[in-house]
Amino acid sequence: MTIETPLIGHSAAEVVDESLSGVRVGVVTFPGTLDDRDALRAVRIAGGTGVQLWHGDHDLKDVDAVIIPGGFSYGDYLRAGAISRFAPLMEQITAAASGGSLPVLGICNGFQVLTEAHLLPGSMVKNNHLHFLCKDQRLLVENSSTAWTSSYGEGSEIVVPLKNQDGQFVADERTLDELEGEGRVVFRYVGGNPNGSRRDIAGITNEHGNVVGLMPHPEHAVEPGFGPDSSAFGEVEVRGGVDGLGIFTSVLQKLVNK
Amino acid sequence: MTTETTSKKFNIDTVEHAEQTPEQPLPWAELGLKENEYDRVVEILGRRPTAAELAMYSVMWSEHCSYKSSKVHLRQFGDKVTEEMKEHLLVGIGENAGVVDIGDGWAVTFKVESHNHPSFVEPYQGAATGVGGIVRDIISMGARPVAVMDPLRFGAIDHPDTPRLVHGIVSGIGGYGNSLGLPNIGGEVVFDSVYQGNPLVNALAVGVLRHEDIRLANASGVGNKVVLFGARTGGDGIGGASVLASESFDDAKPSKRPAVQVGDPFAEKVLIECCLELFKNSIVEGIQDLGAAGISCATSELASNGDGGMHVELTNVLLRDPSLTPGEILMSESQERMMAVVTPENVAAFEAIMDKWNVEYSWLGEVTDTGRLIIEWDGEKIVDVDPRTVAHDGPVYERPYSRPVWLDGVQADSFSAEAPTDLRAAVLELMASPNMCSKDWITNQYDRYVQGNTALAMPDDAGVVRVDEETGLGIALSTDANGRYSYLNPYDGARLALAEAYRNVATSGAKPMAVTDCLNFGSPEDPEVMWQFAESVRGLADACQELGVPVTGGNVSLYNQTGGVAIHPTPVVGVLGVFDDVARRTPSGWREDGQAIYLLGTTRNELDGSEWANLRGHLGGQPPALDLDAEKTLAAILVNSSRDGMIDAAHDLSEGGLAAALSEAALRFGVGARIGIDELCERDGIDPFTALFSESQARAIVSVPRSEEVRFNDMCTARNFPRIRIGVVDAENDALDVQGHFTLPLAELKEAHEATLPKHFG
Repeated sequence: MTIETPLIGHSAAEVVDESLSGVRVGVVTFPGTLDDRDALRAVRIAGGTGVQLWHGDHDLKDVDAVIIPGGFSYGDYLRAGAISRFAPLMEQITAAASGGSLPVLGICNGFQVLTEAHLLPGSMVKNNHLHFLCKDQRLLVENSSTAWTSSYGEGSEIVVPLKNQDGQFVADERTLDELEGEGRVVFRYVGGNPNGSRRDIAGITNEHGNVVGLMPHPEHAVEPGFGPDSSAFGEVEVRGGVDGLGIFTSVLQKLVNK
Repeated sequence: MTTETTSKKFNIDTVEHAEQTPEQPLPWAELGLKENEYDRVVEILGRRPTAAELAMYSVMWSEHCSYKSSKVHLRQFGDKVTEEMKEHLLVGIGENAGVVDIGDGWAVTFKVESHNHPSFVEPYQGAATGVGGIVRDIISMGARPVAVMDPLRFGAIDHPDTPRLVHGIVSGIGGYGNSLGLPNIGGEVVFDSVYQGNPLVNALAVGVLRHEDIRLANASGVGNKVVLFGARTGGDGIGGASVLASESFDDAKPSKRPAVQVGDPFAEKVLIECCLELFKNSIVEGIQDLGAAGISCATSELASNGDGGMHVELTNVLLRDPSLTPGEILMSESQERMMAVVTPENVAAFEAIMDKWNVEYSWLGEVTDTGRLIIEWDGEKIVDVDPRTVAHDGPVYERPYSRPVWLDGVQADSFSAEAPTDLRAAVLELMASPNMCSKDWITNQYDRYVQGNTALAMPDDAGVVRVDEETGLGIALSTDANGRYSYLNPYDGARLALAEAYRNVATSGAKPMAVTDCLNFGSPEDPEVMWQFAESVRGLADACQELGVPVTGGNVSLYNQTGGVAIHPTPVVGVLGVFDDVARRTPSGWREDGQAIYLLGTTRNELDGSEWANLRGHLGGQPPALDLDAEKTLAAILVNSSRDGMIDAAHDLSEGGLAAALSEAALRFGVGARIGIDELCERDGIDPFTALFSESQARAIVSVPRSEEVRFNDMCTARNFPRIRIGVVDAENDALDVQGHFTLPLAELKEAHEATLPKHFG
C-alpha cells in the first residue's frame, strides 16, 4: 500500500544538478512523522530521487542514503524517539549504518531516534525554557568532512529554521570531550544558545562521518520563497534563505562520486 | 472477585420500559433542557423519552448544537447571498465547513470555531481540543488540512489569573497544532479586562482538496455499514456542548472541569493520514467527525442527511471506561473519533487501512430506510426516534431584543483628551502596549514552517500558503475583530471586522473570495446582548453582500459572560483570498533603500474606540466611519500593484493607525525610513497626533520602487483614490525618522515592542 499523499505535486523550484538524479534517498515515515514530505521535497530540489520508506517495512528499497525526518513519532510519548527505535525498518538502518557505509541523516525527531538507537551518543531533553520554540537559527558548520556537510566550507555559517520542544542536547562530560576531541561536533549554535544544549551543540556525527543528527531543520531552507528571511551568505529575498540545501547536495555528490 | 459482563450491569431504560412507566421523573433540567423543550420531546415521541433519548435531545437541542437563539438571525447570511457571490461556492453553509473553488480543479475548505468555555476551565486541554475539533471538520470534507490560525482574547495583561490562561492556552494550541504538522500562520491576541472570566479561544483551520474529492456527512445506501474509528470513547466532555458551552459561568456553581475534553494530538495526526488514505481509495460513502454531542450528533446527522434511517448496537462502541452508561456513551465528547459509512464490499479494504495505521475501529450497525434511528443496547431498544427531530427540528427562539438604554450615553461620550506633546514617547508607549506589542513570544511557540508551503505568516497582514507546487496557486487568510468598535456600535463593528480582514488579505496581494465567522457574545437571554447579536449579524451580512464575499460557515458562541457581565460583542471574521501565484505576495515591511513610501486613503479625526483612547482608559463615541466602496477600490489597487510588480511592501492601517503601521513596517526587516507628515496634515486638515494615531479605515502604506512610481500614481489617479507620498525607505539610518517631530532608533523601538509579553509571561 502506498503512503504517498495526493496533494503534493512536483515543485516548480529549479533542480540544482540533473546529474544527481540517479541517487536514491529514502525518507522514513513513522506514525506521527511530520516533515517527511518536506525532506522528500528537499532531496528532489537538490537533484536526487526521494523514496518513501514505511517504518513497518523490512525493506530499504535499495536506497543509497536515508533521512529520518522531524515530527512527533508515536507522539513523543514515553520519550522522543524511544518507541520509533524499535520499528522493523530501524533494524535495517542500524545494521547498514553502523559499519560506516549507509549515510543516515536524522533531523530533529530523527536525531532523537538516532540517539535512542545508539547510532549517535547523547540525548535530547526538554528545552531549558520549557517552551516549543520556532525561530531562524544561525549555525556554525564545524565539520565539513561528513557525508552530509561536504558542500560547505569548513567554518562556514548557515541559517536554518529551528522548531522543537525537546531540543536540549545533553551528554556526560566524557562523551562531550570525546565528541569535541574527535571533531564530531558538526553544527554549533551561533548568536545565543536557544535551548540550553551542552556546549552549544546543534548536531553531531558518528566516528565514520556517515551518520549525522541535528536539531534544526535544513529541509526548510531549500526553496526560495519558503525558507527563512535571512541567509548567512548575504542578502536574500523575502523568505529566500536556502542555506540548508548544501546538506542534501553533499550526500548526493558524495554518492555520485563514490 | 468476579466481574459481570458489561451488558446487564445497568438498569437499562428501554423504549418498552419508558412506555410502561410514563410518570417516571427524568433529570431533564440537570441536562440543560428547559421545561417547554422537554414537553416538546414528549410530544414528538408520544411518550416519555428513555434516558438515552433524553441524553441525545439534551445535547443536540443545546444552544451550542442547535443554534436555537441565533438561527432566526443567521438566515440572513443565506438570504443576502447573490447568485454572483455563489459563483465560486462549491459547498455553502450547513455542512461541516464551506468549500470554495480556487481554480485549476482545486478547492479550499475553511472554518473558524470557538472553544471559549472549556479554555477558561482547563486552558491547555480546552485550547488543544479546539484545534483538534476544527481540524476534524476540515478532514470530514475530504480535505488535507494545510494550516491553522488562532484569534485569542484574554483579560487584562496584569491580572493575576491571566498568566494561567496565556500559558495554558498558548501551549495547548502549540502542543496540539505542532504535533499535527500544521503550520500556524496567523491570528490575533487582544488583552481587555472584559474577557477576564471569559477568554475567547477561536481556532481556524483550512484544508485543500480536488473538486472531485469533496465528501459530505450523510448516510446513504441501505445495508451500508456504519463504523466508528479512532480513539476510544471515554468519560471526558460529557455535557460539553450543553451544560458547559450553553450556560454562563457563575461562581456559585461547581467547577465544570469534567465537561472538558482531553486531547491526544498523535491520535489525530494518525487519523488525518488514515482518513486521507480512505478518501484516496474511495472507501467511504459518507463521513462525519465526532465533536460536540459525540455519537448523538454523528448518528442523527448522518441518518437525517441520508436515506433517513440507521440501526446501531451501542455495546459495540470501544470504551476507555467500561462503566459508562448508554447515555454517557451517547453524550461523550472524547476526541479524535470519526464515524463513516462504508459499503459491504469495501469493509475489508477499510479494515486494512485501519490496521496499517494501527487505528481501532468498531462496526456499529447499518443504514436503513425506515426513517428511524434505532439504537440498541445488547439487543434491547433504547432509542427509537426520527433522526430529523434530534438533528434539525430543535427549538427555534425569537428571543426578545432591545437596544441598550446606556448606548446613547456611551456614543455621546467622544474621546476629547488633549493630544500628547511628546509624540516620540506616545509612539513608544503605543508599540509597547499589550495589544500593539510584538506577539513573537506567542507565535514563536508555533511551527510556521512545516509542510514547506508557508509563503507568509505572522507578523505579516495575512498568512499565505501555497496550494499547487507546480503553478504557485495559493491562498491568503486573515482573521479580525474589534470588540471595542462592536461595543460602541455592533452593526458597524461587524462591518469593520469584515473590512479589516478583507483589507488584510488584499494587502498581502490576494483577491478576497469568501468569509467564515465566529460570533462571540454574552447571554442570549439578556435582550441587550441579543440586540448586539442581531445587529452584528445584520451588519456582517450586509457588508458581505456589499463586498461580494459570501459567508461559507462558522460558529456562534453565546453565554460568554460571568454573572451579569457580558464580554464585548466580538464577531471574529476570517477572510480567504486567492493568489494565482504566491511568489508575488507582498510582505508587510520594506527592505530596499530609496523606495518611496505612500499612504493610501484619507485620514480623519477618528480616535473613538482607538488603541490610543484605550490606553487612556476611554471607551465612548462612534467607531471609525466605514466606506465599503473605498475598501473595494483600495483592495483592487493593492492586488493589482502586487500582480504588476508595482510595490515591494504593503501594510494595512488599523489599530494604532499610521504610528503602528510605520513602526511595524520598519521593524519587519529592521529597515528604517524618513517620513514627513506635514503635507498629509495640511491635505486632510488634521494635526500630527491625529495623523499618527487616528484609526480611519480604508488606508494602507506601500513602498514603491522608484521605477514604478509613475505607473503607481497613474493607477491611483485612474481609480480616483487619494494617496500621498509620505517618505522614503532609509536603509542607512536605522531609525524611524518622522521629520520635524521625532526620531526613534529602531533598536529602541524594537526593545519596547518586544519586551512586553516576556515581561509578563516569560
